[in-house]
Amino acid sequence: MNQELTAEDKATLKHLASKLETFEKQRGNLIPILQMIQNELAYLPLEALKMVAQHLEIPECEVYGVATFYNQFRFHPPGKHPIKVCLGTACHVRAGDIILENFERKLEISEGETTPDREFSIERVACVGCCALAPVAIIDETVHGQMAPSKVEGLITRIEIEKEIAEREKQKSDSGQE
Amino acid sequence: MTPVKNERLDQAFRAIRQEAEKRRKAFTEAPIPKIHIGMATCGIASGALETKKAFEQALDERNIEARIHTVGCLGHCYAEPIVIIEHPDSGFPPIFYHEVTPGKAQMLVKLFLEGGDPRFEHIYGATEENDLIPSVMEFARFNLEKRVVMEKCGHIDPEDIYDYIASGGYSTLVKALKLNPEEIISEVQRSGLRGRGGSGFPTGRKWDLAKSSGEHEKIVICNADEGDPGAYMDRTIIESNPHQVIEGMAICAYAVGAQKAVVYVRSEYPLAVKIVSKAVQQAEELGLLGKKILGSSFDLKIDVFQGSGAFVCGEETALIRSIEGFRGMPRHRPPYPVKKGLWNKPTVINNVKTLASVPPILNHGATWYREIGTENSPGTAIFSIVGNVVHAGLVEIPMGVSLRTLIFDICGGIPKNKKFKAVQIGGPSGGCLNEDFLDTPIDFDSLTEAGAMMGSGGMVVMDEDTCMVEVARYFLDFTQKESCGKCTFCRIGSYHLLKILERLTKGQGLEGDLKLLVTLSKDIKAGSLCGLGQTAPNPVLTSIKYFRDEYEAHVKEKRCPALMCRPMIAFYFDLDLCARGCDACATCCPVDAVFTTSNRKKGVDQELCVKCGECMVVCPPEYDAVRKISPPHLVPTVEKLPEKKE
Repeated sequence: MNQELTAEDKATLKHLASKLETFEKQRGNLIPILQMIQNELAYLPLEALKMVAQHLEIPECEVYGVATFYNQFRFHPPGKHPIKVCLGTACHVRAGDIILENFERKLEISEGETTPDREFSIERVACVGCCALAPVAIIDETVHGQMAPSKVEGLITRIEIEKEIAEREKQKSDSGQE
Repeated sequence: MTPVKNERLDQAFRAIRQEAEKRRKAFTEAPIPKIHIGMATCGIASGALETKKAFEQALDERNIEARIHTVGCLGHCYAEPIVIIEHPDSGFPPIFYHEVTPGKAQMLVKLFLEGGDPRFEHIYGATEENDLIPSVMEFARFNLEKRVVMEKCGHIDPEDIYDYIASGGYSTLVKALKLNPEEIISEVQRSGLRGRGGSGFPTGRKWDLAKSSGEHEKIVICNADEGDPGAYMDRTIIESNPHQVIEGMAICAYAVGAQKAVVYVRSEYPLAVKIVSKAVQQAEELGLLGKKILGSSFDLKIDVFQGSGAFVCGEETALIRSIEGFRGMPRHRPPYPVKKGLWNKPTVINNVKTLASVPPILNHGATWYREIGTENSPGTAIFSIVGNVVHAGLVEIPMGVSLRTLIFDICGGIPKNKKFKAVQIGGPSGGCLNEDFLDTPIDFDSLTEAGAMMGSGGMVVMDEDTCMVEVARYFLDFTQKESCGKCTFCRIGSYHLLKILERLTKGQGLEGDLKLLVTLSKDIKAGSLCGLGQTAPNPVLTSIKYFRDEYEAHVKEKRCPALMCRPMIAFYFDLDLCARGCDACATCCPVDAVFTTSNRKKGVDQELCVKCGECMVVCPPEYDAVRKISPPHLVPTVEKLPEKKE
């Protein structure tokens, strides 16, 4: 919960404060407001929860209590490439937990965490609805079906290589402009 | 209702209906080919978006005129992405293609749409009877089903209200608005419809209780908070035919006298949220929702509320708390929500499938509905069948069909010639049944009697390689995390139940653990307020009852008979079968635990091995040299590791 806010996040928070005013001060709006904030920021920083409590005129602990009750809400910023591993029943029967373990081993973080460079984060999710493709992992928005432990390394390396290529090209175009 | 009012209703609807029919006619009678692509979540996950793009691109490149019609899900998840092509000029009937990859899409455009050759090797079947191509109706997966709720799923565009109206949609709402609310309720009561959310409470009675509650303001809630891992029929129905659910809600609201309705749908289903919101908006634009529906005096406002991912919110009182903005914790019943529900108003909460069953019932009549299914459980049941089964997906069958027919005839049995071991019915709160129960008819009462339950309709089929202790642990892990924490027995009891099961799967089981599991399970069942706690121990109790020897092997011999619990197994290579110089296993091992022996065969470093089983998958079938063994100390010793080169 004590993540440093980036300058960008702070700007979004200001924008959110104005957006909050459009919600009526009703307890029933609490969850929709939290969902709106998470949509904008991808997570719920402590500052945002305080803002919501002030707006709805309820104790901060109530807001925190509700936010932590539901699985949807996240309190850490996700990585640039969120990795979601499905652990629904079909994926479990076809060894989805081994896939999760492989991601954890490769990235050296555990489920629910983000790598220090904020590139990757791992999450376990309930059924994503393509049980016929089990086991399934979702990286960014792409669904990778019939996952195997040996595919894990390749997928991550590919993202890293793509990043490197993009950086190199950026450098090239920068030096070209000068 | 007076005849004048009826006339006004008819007139208002006629205009909409005519517009819908005009659009439908323009679509069907256009002499160009039509391509129907299934675009629900399951289709998209299998690549339907890429397939659609490939079709568009290929049509564009070849300058062929054709209509792409995005439809919902047919329920045949094993065959996704599914495409049905109508090509009237070719002389062929509409053809069902399965697993249409972008490459296949391009080929079909070139060879079928342009060249007139339907590529017989890729055809799954024709969608109607004809002399040229066998029809899909000859397959058990199609002809043993009986579609009532899902009749239109996969045939209409969920994002186009006119498509639904042209196929008969909303006409039942018009019919209902002409009746008295009492007539509707008694018709639903006569149909014997029971709530499809799990408990099977008679829907008509629920409506009657809400209606007679005396309060003026009432609320209808559609429960689409489908949290079971491995169950996704509610999502599919909303994504494929949202208007049938909305029509059912409107009829229910009219019958009980509600002015407000809420669709409670999981935010994890972004497509379902989008589609149902759009559907509500479209219905409002046409005057089928909102103020003075179709010129009558009936108003209904439907809101969409996104659930935030708490399994317990499928329980009705918890769901209500969550809409009110609190932690989703169930409360004591009575008072039941039909007396005091959302904001203390009488509230009818029905499952998606229940509400979607209402329009067909009123349309065809209660007698028709009673003819489907069994005496005490009329109608159809929708299951999402996943796990070790050939034709996984959604199946709608009449109640009373046996498990054997469902698993072996309709869904094609167990893949890879493995043996059937168990079926888990009713999600994490259901029970595991063994093969003795295969001839049990599927209905509310028989399943409860067998120790499982109907639940919302998730069904997981397991083959001989599945360890029942591990499966029980998996479901307990889920329910333990999802316990809201209100009742001590559920909160702490389920935690300890899980710890014992974890101990068993790690080979650290203690003497007396089985007895402890049973006692604790019974206590949790007795000491919990809501359905979650009362049913959470079901997987443990049923698996101990039907697979006791497996539990005993875990405790006494520290052995996993199904070779699934990883701490209790070891991998090794059968050196007689291992081929010299093949490096398939060594290259795929994620932890480099495979080493080469002095005679260039392979061995496993048991210290490093994480038991992912990848070597077993990649070992070429002609060698098939990887073996599993339990308990792990039985693993044959192989030559020492070669000296590491500095």
